[in-house]
Amino acid sequence: MSAPATALRPELAAIAAWIAPGSSVLDLGCGDGSLLAWLQREKGCRCVGVEIDDAKVLACARQGVEVIQQNLEDGLALFSDASFDTVLQLETLQMVVHTEGILRELGRVGRESIVSFPNFAHWTHRLAILRGRMPVSKSLPYEWYDTPNLRFATFADFMQLARKSGFTLRDRFALRGGQVVRVLPNLFGNVAVFRLAGQAPGAEPVVSG
Amino acid sequence: MDSTPRAASRVVVPQRHAFAGPLPLQSGARLVDYELAVETYGTLNADRSNAVLICHALNASHHVAGIHLLDDGREEAGWWDNMVGPGKPVDTDRFFVIGVNNPGSCFGSTGPASIQATTGRPYGAAFPVVTVEDWVDAQARLADALGIARFAAVMGGSLGGMQALAWSTRYPERVAHCISIASTSKLSAQNIAFNDVARQAILTDPDFHGGDFYAHGVVPRNGLRVARMIGHITYLSDDDMAEKFGRAMKVDDLAFGYGAEFEIESYLRYQGDKFSDYFDANSYLLITKALDYFDPAAAHGGSLTQALAGARASFLIVSFSTDWRFAPARSREVVKALLDNRHPVTYAEIDAPHGHDAFLLDDARYHRLVAAYFDRIHAGLAS
Repeated sequence: MSAPATALRPELAAIAAWIAPGSSVLDLGCGDGSLLAWLQREKGCRCVGVEIDDAKVLACARQGVEVIQQNLEDGLALFSDASFDTVLQLETLQMVVHTEGILRELGRVGRESIVSFPNFAHWTHRLAILRGRMPVSKSLPYEWYDTPNLRFATFADFMQLARKSGFTLRDRFALRGGQVVRVLPNLFGNVAVFRLAGQAPGAEPVVSG
Repeated sequence: MDSTPRAASRVVVPQRHAFAGPLPLQSGARLVDYELAVETYGTLNADRSNAVLICHALNASHHVAGIHLLDDGREEAGWWDNMVGPGKPVDTDRFFVIGVNNPGSCFGSTGPASIQATTGRPYGAAFPVVTVEDWVDAQARLADALGIARFAAVMGGSLGGMQALAWSTRYPERVAHCISIASTSKLSAQNIAFNDVARQAILTDPDFHGGDFYAHGVVPRNGLRVARMIGHITYLSDDDMAEKFGRAMKVDDLAFGYGAEFEIESYLRYQGDKFSDYFDANSYLLITKALDYFDPAAAHGGSLTQALAGARASFLIVSFSTDWRFAPARSREVVKALLDNRHPVTYAEIDAPHGHDAFLLDDARYHRLVAAYFDRIHAGLAS
């Protein structure tokens, strides 16, 4: 069943622009597979998603997206070194326990990785903390006692971890309401987006559009 | 090829296909002058592209869907009737579905109980050992006879899933989609151990007579019974057994004897008795041996990735969380080998309590996923 011909959400369009036509893409926590369905259809990419949730796995199957049902906490043993041009981990990194472990796995499997997560240092979040309260916002929509998020990090924090994990930073920006923010991203962006060159042995640089 | 349901009835009439040319077997032996029992459902479309082959497991048959009549006239539903039929996940309003009884089995195709033309007596111990690959070859000849060059899908669960997998590499151009459920690319030592205990039960039954019990007018009933009992244990999960039976008793007071006192004893004995009424002991031996031998990676230095390199199909692999016979880890080995080859693969791990048997049961998440996959296959036919 072919996916409906919908446009990508603006924040995904900015990320999709980094992905080369015809390249291979692994999306970790791929949800209903919308992004992969778009990349298959519009860019002719070879796409695989990973998802744990039954309903989302079914949604992927209905969109004609190849999906592997597994828990990301179990690592990426199913995937060989440098077996994908790009590995995506979009707004799910904050939900895993072994953050550094999964990040290393991204670098092993992908020649390039794109990671995004809610930026805790967004000015509205800073303001909430100044007021003495944990932030509840569009990018962090949960109360502190009822959230799937396990990790809270800032744009600046992640840069440090990415370097420590052996990645080379290719590009980064923040998103605010789906729009790309490149000025003071740690202050003005509510979602942080990083494009990283993998540290996989034998990983070759990819040409990307 | 018209065994479509009779008007206003779901009763399906099996067909028999005779094959004059000998079938060369992996063992070096040949199967000469054999017949296959077949059922079909739905209609083959004009370009013959909507055929789906369903491969059966150990004790099943060509009676996949609809209703068939037993020898005593009673009606019985097909073994995968919840999966295959009009409006079902494998929708026979859209697909032409084929069920075939494998040679060596005992439901109508040539097997150990069949009369051997050269001797006028049942094959018995003389029936050659057949392998998964031999079955696939026999199925391919049937496809030739039915005029099907390429299947939209070859599908099976357990031992049937092994046949689907074997199809993908043995006849790569003839399979568009391979669907392997609750299966594995090879048996573990534990799996083989269980099979051999079952075989020993049959082989050591005094009524077995070296496989030629037909001439003695007996059946190695006790052996078959124990074989089925041990097999049945491996089809259920520990939790499922605890839930269904626990330590529930049939009797009010302990008898301090060896009758069926616990419900589980009673259940297994009943299953064993029922099985020994209809299943052929030689078929049980043969089919468990086919299970043990299956290991496509063996010819490739143990590399399943290399074994599957030549496949051209897209794959759907499904496992069940509480299946300890062919556990999810076995399916993940297949998935990894497919991913290594960049073959398109979808893998679902269904969290179901029913152990290995889950593949035969009606589970909404499982059936919805298979339905979605077949929607995709159907959409591919139109383009």
